[in-house]
Amino acid sequence: MSEILIKNASVCDPAQGINCETMDICIKDGKIVESVSANAKVINADGRLTMAGGFDGHTHSAGKINVGRSINPNDARKNLVPGLSGQVARTEKTRAQVGYNTPNTYAIGYRYAKLGYTTICEAAIPLIAARHTHEEFKEIPILDKMGLSLFGSNWQVMEYIRDKEPEKLAAYVAWGLKASRGYGVKIVNPGGGEAWGWGKNVSGLYDPVPNFDVTPAEILMSLAEVNERLQLPHSVHVHCNNLGKPGNYATTIETMKLFEKIKPSRDRQALHVTHVQFNAYAGTSWRDFETGAPMVADYVNGADHLTFDLGQVIFGPAVTMTADGPVEYANARMLHEKWSNQDIELEDASGVVPLFYSPKSFVNAVQWAIGLELALLVKDPWKVMFTTDSPNGGSFVNYPEAFTYLMSAKRREEVISGFSKMALDRMVLPGIDRELDFYELAIMTRSAQSKMYSRPEKGNLKPGSDADIAIYDILPGQIDPSTEYAKVKKAFSGAAYTLKNGEIVVKDGEIEATPKGKIYWVNAKVPSAIDSAMQKDIDIKFRKYYTVSKSNYMVEDAYLQKPVEITTEGVF
Amino acid sequence: MPVIRDAVCSLCGSLCDDITVTVENNKITKIENACILGHSKFVGMLEHDRIETPMIRKDGELVPVSYEEAIEAAAKILVNSKRTLSYGWCSTSCETVSGAIQLAEETGSVIDSTANVCHGPTALAAQEKGSPSATLGEIKNRADVILFWGCNPVHAHPRHMVRYSSFSKGLFTEKGRRGRKMIVVDVRKTDTAKLSDKYVEIEQGSDLLLVTALRSIVNGREDVIPETVAGVPKAEILELAEILKNAKFVCIFFGMGVTQSRSKYKNGDAMSSLISDLNQHTKAVMIGMRGHYNVTGFGQVATWETGFPMAIDFARGYPYYNPGETGANDLLVREEPDAAIIAAADPGAHFPQKAVRHLARIPVIQIDPYPNPTTEIADVVFPAAVVGIEAEGTAYRMDAISLRMKKLIDSKFKTDEEIVKDLTEKVRKLKRGA
Amino acid sequence: MKIKANLISGRTAAQGAHLEAKTHKGYFDACAYCELNPADLERLGASEGSSLKVTTEFGDVVVFAKANEGNPDGLAFIPMGPWANAVLSPDTHGCGMPGFKGVPAEIEVTNEKPLDMKSLMKNYREA
Repeated sequence: MSEILIKNASVCDPAQGINCETMDICIKDGKIVESVSANAKVINADGRLTMAGGFDGHTHSAGKINVGRSINPNDARKNLVPGLSGQVARTEKTRAQVGYNTPNTYAIGYRYAKLGYTTICEAAIPLIAARHTHEEFKEIPILDKMGLSLFGSNWQVMEYIRDKEPEKLAAYVAWGLKASRGYGVKIVNPGGGEAWGWGKNVSGLYDPVPNFDVTPAEILMSLAEVNERLQLPHSVHVHCNNLGKPGNYATTIETMKLFEKIKPSRDRQALHVTHVQFNAYAGTSWRDFETGAPMVADYVNGADHLTFDLGQVIFGPAVTMTADGPVEYANARMLHEKWSNQDIELEDASGVVPLFYSPKSFVNAVQWAIGLELALLVKDPWKVMFTTDSPNGGSFVNYPEAFTYLMSAKRREEVISGFSKMALDRMVLPGIDRELDFYELAIMTRSAQSKMYSRPEKGNLKPGSDADIAIYDILPGQIDPSTEYAKVKKAFSGAAYTLKNGEIVVKDGEIEATPKGKIYWVNAKVPSAIDSAMQKDIDIKFRKYYTVSKSNYMVEDAYLQKPVEITTEGVF
Repeated sequence: MPVIRDAVCSLCGSLCDDITVTVENNKITKIENACILGHSKFVGMLEHDRIETPMIRKDGELVPVSYEEAIEAAAKILVNSKRTLSYGWCSTSCETVSGAIQLAEETGSVIDSTANVCHGPTALAAQEKGSPSATLGEIKNRADVILFWGCNPVHAHPRHMVRYSSFSKGLFTEKGRRGRKMIVVDVRKTDTAKLSDKYVEIEQGSDLLLVTALRSIVNGREDVIPETVAGVPKAEILELAEILKNAKFVCIFFGMGVTQSRSKYKNGDAMSSLISDLNQHTKAVMIGMRGHYNVTGFGQVATWETGFPMAIDFARGYPYYNPGETGANDLLVREEPDAAIIAAADPGAHFPQKAVRHLARIPVIQIDPYPNPTTEIADVVFPAAVVGIEAEGTAYRMDAISLRMKKLIDSKFKTDEEIVKDLTEKVRKLKRGA
Repeated sequence: MKIKANLISGRTAAQGAHLEAKTHKGYFDACAYCELNPADLERLGASEGSSLKVTTEFGDVVVFAKANEGNPDGLAFIPMGPWANAVLSPDTHGCGMPGFKGVPAEIEVTNEKPLDMKSLMKNYREA
């Protein structure tokens, strides 16, 4: 394969502590190397901002998003971010594109690449429906992909916890990851999915799950212990109980505290809490609703065992989609919106509801502020992953817009000036003057992810790492993001270059090539005696309760495009 | 002799995946667990007529030609067409659907599926009000009230009631049929209705009225209900509403009685609202009884690849969707297409006469294992391997669970996936030449 | 004697079992009939196996008579297939779906025999 030399790059690589220093980057056979020969193709970066490819660690991009597409054909025509949304005719290089919040698979690949992103992690894979997720992965070009498998309302999981069978639980989780070709353990509203099977919910960490005699706290702790026993690359990835409810910040902090006693098996967090914006609400009802971000941020600042992502709100239309079935039903009733629901036998629930975030709504304005407050009040950016929980808080194509909120107090003031007095009274954002620099932004958008997901070859520009690189049309020393935020947004909206494994996939904001990305999945090794004992239990599940055969449940190799199997050794 | 277990039956939308198939000398000699439909599909491999060779219509008659000649002729039809209708793609794999969509995109065609004459209105209803649903195992394990509305699984989905619904047993439904109430709403006493605990006969075409009346009662406004709705006495509607409200878990399965009758998609739209309202009292979901084994899969693939589930018009280079305009029947009735490619479906049998008349007038390419009424009006015909028996691939069950269909025996026929690929290559070549 | 009926079409197990065997006589037997309740058949002076001519705004077709006690008065059922589609409504009401159920029809006894599949389809080629 060819060699590439990127000259005069203004490199921002927090993993190496490099903050916008001018240097060259050498690429050979898809990897970053120390040096290349004189034959290398030269890309002159001309002093422009250069980072590792972006890594979205929590996005709904394959699987459930198809429900979002199917109930929102109107989304296909939405073109709110020209160049990154709407209907685009096919070209010789690219397939036809549609959509804004729920783009078709091709558009997802092209548009992330245009933003300089090269890796995504699908946030929720129901085990029994995992084949579908991988079918969509196959049609998302360019990007490397991984996904998190759902375990938080699973019958077998809850029974093993109830029966105090931690080893079999570990074997089951390992099997579930293998069956779904998943990368990590996702827990959504623990126990709530099962309760929703009867139209109910759990109210907090100690509210027992109907018929299963376990609590959400037990589900969380047991799965966390299993996660570390299996030495999985990612920590448990938790969507807390009580999402979307005023006062839920207390549940969120309580959940975080539970994990203080979990010892991570690898050099990473013991807990990742996702889309915390939706879980950092104070007040007791929508009337006295206000930000809970300062309390959550206070706790996070004093803790060193967890990371989180934002779930930042973007004003305009969004589509909520989550395994948290009861939340979606509540959304639909409250907003008089259309409602899709898909309960998953023996495993979990899910729902999809479109909505609109309006700056005129005080609740939406406060939600918008909470995401930014979390990012800005938490001092250590390595604890923070930037997300919109796309498309729950808004489409990922708005990331450049959101970056300007993080980098410019002036830009925030502009937005805030449109808010009602009531909204302003319920948020603390106007009093925050912190502005992120490129270095901190790079941490939140790629470098922190490398550590969170134990992917040392991603999110940095060290020799040996994947040559996934974004060059943005920004001259770091010569721009003031605080005032020139329009330029910042433009540059992040269409990378000057995006390289994927050393191949130029985007040039001047346009797609150049559409190689296929890799699929990462985790194969955790479990002693065969424990595995066999566990298999006997799930054989009963398949015989009596599932509607598919066990042999047809596992995702076959045929569905994995360029698979990368990550093996771990369970400790038993 | 090789016995293949857990084969997936590629006939109806139930997609039963517990079929045991015995194969001797590349022939299926024994089928276990299949219903009458599935059985006839598997043994059909031995007994049914096949399209034996590629054919082209010359002087009114279909005559055998080489595969290459047929590909050339079909590609020419597509390249010379200004408005191609690509239709069907439901009794085949998702992989084939994906290829067909790419071909449609490259030729600026309109692509539509058999949902156009089946559950298309269900997709529209979901676009109006959403689709509150569940996987079939949820019904098996939890449902104590099952309502079949305008569908007749005894005939259309024979193992549905045993595997997933009325007769199935699960964790919270140990008593099976005895612990369940089974209700049928239909316009005539079907064989399914004969098995029910309660049969509600409605006037044909008045589904929307009854759903709306039920919603009124569920929402506490029984006072607005007249003495008779949809031919059903008010007392009976009140009783039905009470059964639904007092259930632990309700599932309404609905079929073409709902989608094809007057009010069409408005029926499903109202039913979705009824489900939402019922969830104020109990747990309720709805599931469409999809017919073709992979019509759900077409919708899934089309949705992720184009943003739309059916009736996708690529004339503008990007997907455009307006099902009352770009649906297969609307196009044909307007006499708009000047060519058609039809695979894994039979509009010759299943479209009304006016649409068939136009199809008969334009060049038609057909890809199918079996001759059918569409063959009688086709101009280029490709025999294909039978997916799920002679070819593997993915299909989606009616509840959107995908399964991998196995290849059980070898075939001399190309798969439709391969045919579409070859055709696409040839089209590209002709276009480059032009 | 003619009767007015409300015509619907739909699946049956026998029709489904011949989905992939439509050139067989079995498919003809499974689809080329019209079900009425016995009282309606009696009003027509028809019995099972008689030829019936079904006429709608969209065309006419000859099929065999069949009794079904489950049908209410005036409801006629023809299994989905080319015979039914000779007389069903192509109008989609702007939503894609033709009128496969609820088409006003007139039914009478005839001496003609139902056409087999190929002959029925041949009419389209020659139209």
